[in-house]
Formats: sequence, C-alpha cells, structure tokens
Amino acid sequence: MAVRSRIKTLKIDGRDVSGHEDESILDIARENNIYIPTLCQLDGLSIVGACRLCLVEVQGWRKLVPACATYIEEGMEVFTNTERLQNYRRMILELLFSEGNHICAICVSNGNCELQDLAQKLGMDHVRFPNLQPVRTVDMTHERFVVDRNRCVLCARCVRVCDEIEGAHTWDIKGRGVDARVIPDLDIDWGDSPTCTSCGKCVNVCPTGALVVKGQPSGEMIKRQEFLVYLSEIREARNG
Amino acid sequence: MGKVTVATVWLDGCSGCHMSLIDMDERLIELAEHIEVVYSPLVDRKDYPDSVDVAIVEGAVSTDEDEAKIKKIRTHTKVLVALGDCAVDANVPAMRNPIKVQDVMDRGYTDPETVALQPQIPTENLPRLLPYVRPMHEVVDVDVFVQGCPPSADTIYYVITELLAGRQPDLNQMTRPGA
Repeated sequence: MAVRSRIKTLKIDGRDVSGHEDESILDIARENNIYIPTLCQLDGLSIVGACRLCLVEVQGWRKLVPACATYIEEGMEVFTNTERLQNYRRMILELLFSEGNHICAICVSNGNCELQDLAQKLGMDHVRFPNLQPVRTVDMTHERFVVDRNRCVLCARCVRVCDEIEGAHTWDIKGRGVDARVIPDLDIDWGDSPTCTSCGKCVNVCPTGALVVKGQPSGEMIKRQEFLVYLSEIREARNG
Repeated sequence: MGKVTVATVWLDGCSGCHMSLIDMDERLIELAEHIEVVYSPLVDRKDYPDSVDVAIVEGAVSTDEDEAKIKKIRTHTKVLVALGDCAVDANVPAMRNPIKVQDVMDRGYTDPETVALQPQIPTENLPRLLPYVRPMHEVVDVDVFVQGCPPSADTIYYVITELLAGRQPDLNQMTRPGA
C-alpha cells in the first residue's frame, strides 16, 4: 500500500472526527455512522455530485456543498441535517417526482426503490409542485432488459458503471433540462446496440424502476449491487 | 359532547382506499362510539352536509364533477384528509395526462379496436373529463396527506385516532407512496 496522505481533524454535527485528506465529507460521515442521504453516489463508481441530496452546510462557507464531492479540511465544521438542509432535500425530491412519471403503485421496483425510500425517510408526504406531465419513452427492444424513462432520475449510475466497470460505454445522457434522457449509443434502440454486452450492470445499479429486467411482476424487481465494490477493488489493485 | 362527524368521499380512484377503511374490521365498532359517518358511498345520503368535522377523500380530481365536489366539501369541512396516492399525487388516473382528452374519449367510446357495439361519445349524464388529472391539493387546501396505494387499515386507524385526540398525524414511518 502506498503512503497515505495527511490526517485532518474536523467536526461533523458537533462530533470530533478525523480522516485522510483525500477523503470526502461523506466518507468520514459514513465511517462515523452519521447519515447523509445520497442518490447518485454509489460505492465503486466515480463521483458526479448530480443529485444534490447530500448537500451539507460548512461553518463560514456561504454555499452549500455536496458531501460526496468535497474533501475534508482541517478544522472545518460540518452540519449534515439542519432544518434548511431538510427543506432543500425535500424540495429536490419533490422536483424529481414532479419532473417524471413516478407511479410507485404500479412499478416493478415498488418496495425496492431508492427514490421511494428517500421520499419516506426525508418526510416527503406530498409534492408541492405541479407535475410537468412529460412525454417519456419506454424501450423494450432489448432481449432481457427494459428502460422506462418515465422513472429515470438522471443519476447517471448506468452511464458510469457501463463506462467505468464494464468498459462498454453504451449509455449516455442526451438533451438538457427536462429533455435530458439516457440513450444507448447514438440514440438507437437498445436492442440494436452493437456495444451493449447485456451484462445487466446498469440494471442492477439503477436506483429506481427505470432500468429493469423484463417480465417482472409489480414490486418484485430486486437489484443486486454487491458486485460493484468487489469489481472496482480488483481493478484498482490490478492497475496499482 | 356529541360525536365527531366524518364524511368519506370517492373521487377518481378505484375504491381500494375505502376497502382498506373497511379493513379496520372490529376497530370500526370501537370508532363508531366516537364518530358518526354522515356522508359516504356507504351511507344513503345524497347531499353533502352543511358542516362536517373530518372529510376523508379518496381519488384524484379528474372531472368537472370531482372539482365541484371537492370545492364544496372544502367549504363545509373542518379537516380535509387526502386518502391514498390518487388523492395525494394523482397516481394511476394521471397516466392519461400526457394524452389528449379527445384521444382518451375516442379510445374508450369509438375506437373499433376497443368498442364493438354502438360507438358513440356520451354527451349527457356523464361528468366531463378535465384536461389534466390533478392531485387534490392543487384544487383545494388539504390538511392531512395519507400516502399509500392503498394506505393500510392500520394507517387509516392511526389517522382517525390521532385526529380524534386533536393531534396532527405524523405518518412518516407509517406509510409511503405506493405502500
């Protein structure tokens, strides 16, 4: 093992904690069993800071920062669960719900969905914003899998796992804002993709019912993500 | 002190929430000592009473009739409870929202693929579909949101007993969308 970096000490929610300088606020919080909600972050994948659910307050900093993408600093004082943060997090969830067509009751991922879990955990009892009624597509051309863009939160986990772990880079995001959507290759039908290896990694890392195995009954799509940390550790070890 | 008056209402939903309500089983007998159901699909009364303490409303707002009903209910009710996902977020009824109303009507009443006999769009005695199905709180103020499709009998019992005790039910751990 190479020589580790310097140790920094800081406070999270009033608790004295410490970590290496190349660790994020989220890493240190988790090591100390301090819960910070996340959606786009997944151990084994690179950090994008796309969902903003892990925003935290740092004493003396004017901006909120994503805990997943912010390195710890000596003497910093972090607050992870203030009323302000709770309000913002609920609002982010409500915007995600209002921007898609997330109808939990008839979703194959009902009961096994990270978005649904967060809605409950963060106390979202209804959505204050009118639904945008977007017209989104479902692609069932793949032999084994389905992409239902109505349920996509654009976390880009599928894009990252396909690129970083499988090495195929079939997925990408096309368009901006409310028009943004995940596409295979240069926006072709998934079933026609020459790069897709049908490995199913994208399906398993998807936090919602956007990427699922075909033919699942409602509420019975269970994702398996254990493989990911294992694979990325092997890769890291091999690359030194 | 008299009993607390309760209304239950069924807008654009499947009645599953009412089934869940009845699913409280023998607890209904216990509740009946404290509440009086004055208006409901289960009670033979045509007009909404002038003053109701608690209205428990299932379903989304989909038609001009739903809209008029929920506005009237709000005016004559102290505490309005949105019961179930259709009431809270429009749920399954809202799946028609990306489609034009005319296309929905054609599919249901004139499309040869779906209608075998006497294709015709009804013009009388049926409520008119609104352009969009909306959750209740976009039309009137809602006091209590009860998610779930349907919310469990335990959840509904908890809501009613908390309201009877004069408390705002804290439903975070009890239910969730789709539960």
